[in-house]
Amino acid sequence: MTDTYSDLVNSKVGKQVASRLGLPRPVRLRRYAPDQPLVPGPVLVAGVGDAPLAARAADMLRGDAIDIIPVVAEGQRVGAVVLDLTQARELTDLDAFRTILGPALKRLAPSGRVVVFGGSMATAGTDPMLRATRRALEGVVRSIGKELRAGATANLVTVVEGEEANADAALRFFLSGRSAYVDGQVVTVGAASGGPAVAPDDWHTPLAGKIAVVTGAARGIGASIAEVLARDGATVVGVDIPSAGESLARNANRLGGTALQLDVTAPDAGRRIVDHARTRHGSLDIMIHNAGITRDKLLANMDESRWASVVDVNLGSVIRMNEAILAPDGLADGGHVVCVSSIAGIAGNRGQTNYAASKAGVIGLVTALGGSPDLYARRVTVNAVAPGFIETEMTAKIPLATRELGRRLSSLQQGGLPVDVAETVAWFSQDANAGVTGNVVRVCGQSLLGA
Amino acid sequence: MPASTTRRATRPRTTASSATGGPSGPRRAAILGGNRIPFARANGKYAKASNQDMLTTALEGLVARFGLAGERIGEVAAGAVLKHSRDFNLTREAVLGSSLAATTPGYDVQQACGTSLETTILVANKIALGQVESGIAGGVDSASDAPIAVSEGLRKALLRANAARTPVDRAKAFAAVRPGHLVPSAPRNVEPRTGLSMGDHMAITAKEWGISREAQDEVTLRSHQRLAAAYENGFFDDLVTPYLGVSRDTNLRPDTSLEKLASLTPVFGKGEGATMTAGNSTPLTDGASAVLLGSDAWAAEHGLTPLAYFVDAETAAVDYVHGGEGLLMAPSYAVPRLLARVGMKLQDFDLVEIHEAFASTVLTTEAAWQDEAFCRDRLGLDAPLGAIDQDRLNVTGSSLATGHPFAATGGRIVATLAKLLHEKGSGSRGLISICAAGGQGVVAVLEAA
Repeated sequence: MTDTYSDLVNSKVGKQVASRLGLPRPVRLRRYAPDQPLVPGPVLVAGVGDAPLAARAADMLRGDAIDIIPVVAEGQRVGAVVLDLTQARELTDLDAFRTILGPALKRLAPSGRVVVFGGSMATAGTDPMLRATRRALEGVVRSIGKELRAGATANLVTVVEGEEANADAALRFFLSGRSAYVDGQVVTVGAASGGPAVAPDDWHTPLAGKIAVVTGAARGIGASIAEVLARDGATVVGVDIPSAGESLARNANRLGGTALQLDVTAPDAGRRIVDHARTRHGSLDIMIHNAGITRDKLLANMDESRWASVVDVNLGSVIRMNEAILAPDGLADGGHVVCVSSIAGIAGNRGQTNYAASKAGVIGLVTALGGSPDLYARRVTVNAVAPGFIETEMTAKIPLATRELGRRLSSLQQGGLPVDVAETVAWFSQDANAGVTGNVVRVCGQSLLGA
Repeated sequence: MPASTTRRATRPRTTASSATGGPSGPRRAAILGGNRIPFARANGKYAKASNQDMLTTALEGLVARFGLAGERIGEVAAGAVLKHSRDFNLTREAVLGSSLAATTPGYDVQQACGTSLETTILVANKIALGQVESGIAGGVDSASDAPIAVSEGLRKALLRANAARTPVDRAKAFAAVRPGHLVPSAPRNVEPRTGLSMGDHMAITAKEWGISREAQDEVTLRSHQRLAAAYENGFFDDLVTPYLGVSRDTNLRPDTSLEKLASLTPVFGKGEGATMTAGNSTPLTDGASAVLLGSDAWAAEHGLTPLAYFVDAETAAVDYVHGGEGLLMAPSYAVPRLLARVGMKLQDFDLVEIHEAFASTVLTTEAAWQDEAFCRDRLGLDAPLGAIDQDRLNVTGSSLATGHPFAATGGRIVATLAKLLHEKGSGSRGLISICAAGGQGVVAVLEAA
C-alpha cells in the first residue's frame, strides 16, 4: 500500500513545507537487512549499580565490532543507548534516566534505539519501594518513545535476576532493524527449564534447521511471516483455506517450503498440521497461528454468522488446533507458538466487537499457556504479537480519513508493514528466546490507541 | 477364480519389498499424490489460458504440495490432445516454467482421452525397472485455446512460396491461392475415418445396447451429487489447487435433479429414441492434472507416504471402422485381459473408476460385462464378468460432473483413486477404465499401500 503522505513529506520540498507547518514527518524506518550493522552508530552502554546486563551487552556488541562509548561526546551521533537499571531499587536511582539518557537522546541517529533493562516485577516481591521503582521504568520508557523522533524507538526489557543470558535475543531484536515498528513495549525475560537459552550459530539465520507452520500464509501478514521465517533459515509449511491455494502454492514454491490447503476450523486441522510437518519434514518446531478474518458490523446489527465465524476462525480454531499441536507428539520440546492478536483486542474498535473478542481472547490464551508448568517443563514458549495499523489489503479498504488517522496517531507517525509483524513473530520463534513466554508485544509504532 | 491366481494380484508387493531393481525383478512404483487445477467448461474462466499455462500451474501446485521446488525429478511425461504445433515440447517447456529443477527432463505423449493414464503407466514402468526414482505423469487440454490451421490449399501455397528461389516463383505460388483457401480449419471432435463425432458414435452403441435416457440421467445426477459431496467434505483439499480464481470445477451442478436433466433435448443420435443430452455427455473442458510417482526409497527420502502402488495396466483397441464394434468399447476388452493377468475378478475391486465420457459409456460397458453372449463371443470368456456394485463405482463422481479436458482426465482419476484406496486401507484394490478416441481403451489396477 502506498502511504502518499509519507512519500510527500520525505521529498525535498515536502520536507520544508511540513517542517514550517509543524506537520508530522514520518521517516523511512530502518528495517533489517543481513548486510547492515546491528545499529547505525556507536552504542552508549551504561547502568546503575553492578549493571550485569550493561557488561553483557558491551561484550556482545564488541563481538559484533560495534563501538561502545561511556558518554556521548560533543557533536557525536549515537546509534543506540542501552541503559541497565536492573539494579535500580529506589526512586533516586531513576535519576539515571535524566543524567545518562537525557543528554544522549539529542544525539540519537535516525531510527536509533533506546533499550532499557529493568528488574522483573515477577520477582519484585511485596517491597513497595522496589515495585514502585520497577514499575516507574515503564512510564519513563513509554514517555521516551513518544518524545523520540525520526524513527527512533524506546523499549523496556525486564529480566529475572540470574537469567541475564536469556536476554541476548531481546537486546539484539530491539537494537536491530527487525524491531522497526515496535515502540514503547515491555518484554519480560524469565528462566527456561533445562538451562539458559542457547545462541544460534549465526544470528542472521537463527531458525536454521527448524520446521515452521504458518496459517493464513497465502497473503498479507501471513505471507510475510512465511517469508521472514524462511529468510531466517526455517523450512516453512504454509497453510491456508483451499480457495486461496493458488497464491499459497506460489509462496511455498518461492520459499522452498510446502503448501497445505486446509480450513483451520476443520475438527482435524491440528492433527493434519502435525502429521504434515512431522511426516514430511520430520518435526514441528514453530507454530504460527496467523489465520484470521474480519466481519465488521456494529454490535446492534451483528448477526449470528458474523459473530460466530470471526470468533471461531480467530480463536476457537486456535484452541482446538492446539490440542493436537501442544500434545506430546505434536510440537517438539523447545518449540515455539506465536499467535497473532491485534490492537483491537487491547483497545477495542468500533464495529469490531466480534474481532476484538477473538483477539483479546488470544491474549488470554497466550497468558494461560505462557504460565503452563507442563509447557514450561517442555521448554515451549507461547507468545503473541498485536499488530496496530499495518499496510495491508485489509487496511487499504478503510476510508481515507480514518486510514490517515490510523497511520499518524502513533509515535512513528506511519503505518507498519507486514514485514514488521513478521520480524517480531520470527524473533519469538528463536530458541535464543527460550526465556520469553506469555508475552504480548504490540507492533504498532506506539499507537495512541489502547496505550 | 482359484485361490492360486488370486494370490498373484499381490505379487508386485511381495517381490518389490525385497527388490531394489535389477536382476531380482521389478520394483513397486508408488503413487504419492496428485494435483490438478479445477476443470472449467470451455470458453469460460480459462478461455485465455494456454495448455502450457495450465500444465505449468498444475505442476506448480504439485511442487508446492510436495515441497519439490528446485528438485530434479526423474522425468515428467505429459501431453495434450488439442495441441499447437509450436507446443512440440509442451511438457519440457512447462517444466522450465515451473519451480522444478531445470535439469528435469520432460516429454510429450498423446493417446487421446487415455493420455495421462498412459503417461502414468510409462512413468510407473520406468520406476519399476529402476530407470528413474521419481516421475510426474500428467496431461492438459484446452478446448478454448485450440489450434486453428490454415486450409490445405493455402498451406501448400505457403510452403511453395517459402521454397521459391525467385520473386516470380514466389508470386506464382501466391497466385495459386483461391478465396476458398482462406477459410481456416478448426479442430473438430470427429473420427477422421468415419466423419462421425464421438457423441454420434456413442449414440449408435448406446442404441444397440438399449441404454435408456433415465438410466443415463441417473448416472449423471449421481456423478454431480458425489463430486459435490466430496468437495464439501474436503476430499479435494490436497488434490486440487485453484487457478484464475476458480476453486471448484465449473461444470459441477450440485443442485441438478432428474427433472432438470430430463428437460434437456438430445444432442447426439438422430430423431426418435435419441437419449444423449448435454447433461449426460461431458462438455468440452479446459484443465490440467499431474500425478507424482516414486520408488519406495525416493518416497521415504522425501518424507512422502505412498498412497497406492501401480500394479499393472493394459491397453486395447477395437476395429470400430470395419469390425462392427463401438468406438468407445475398447476398455471392455482391455479389462478382462488385465484381470486374467493379475488374477482378479471384477468384483474383487474395492473401487472402480470408469471414465464417464458419456453416461451411456459407463452403462454400455457395465452391460457388456454382464452380457453372456458378448463375454463369450467377443471377449472369449467362459462366463460374464458380472456387475459392479454401484457403491464402489466412481464414488467421488467422474467426468460428467468434473468435466473432461481430454488429456488431463487420466491424471485426475489416478490421483483420486490412489487417495480413495489409501483411505480404505492397505491392500484395497482399484480398477481404472478409460475409453479413448480411435477406438482405444486404457485400463489399470492400483493397490493401496
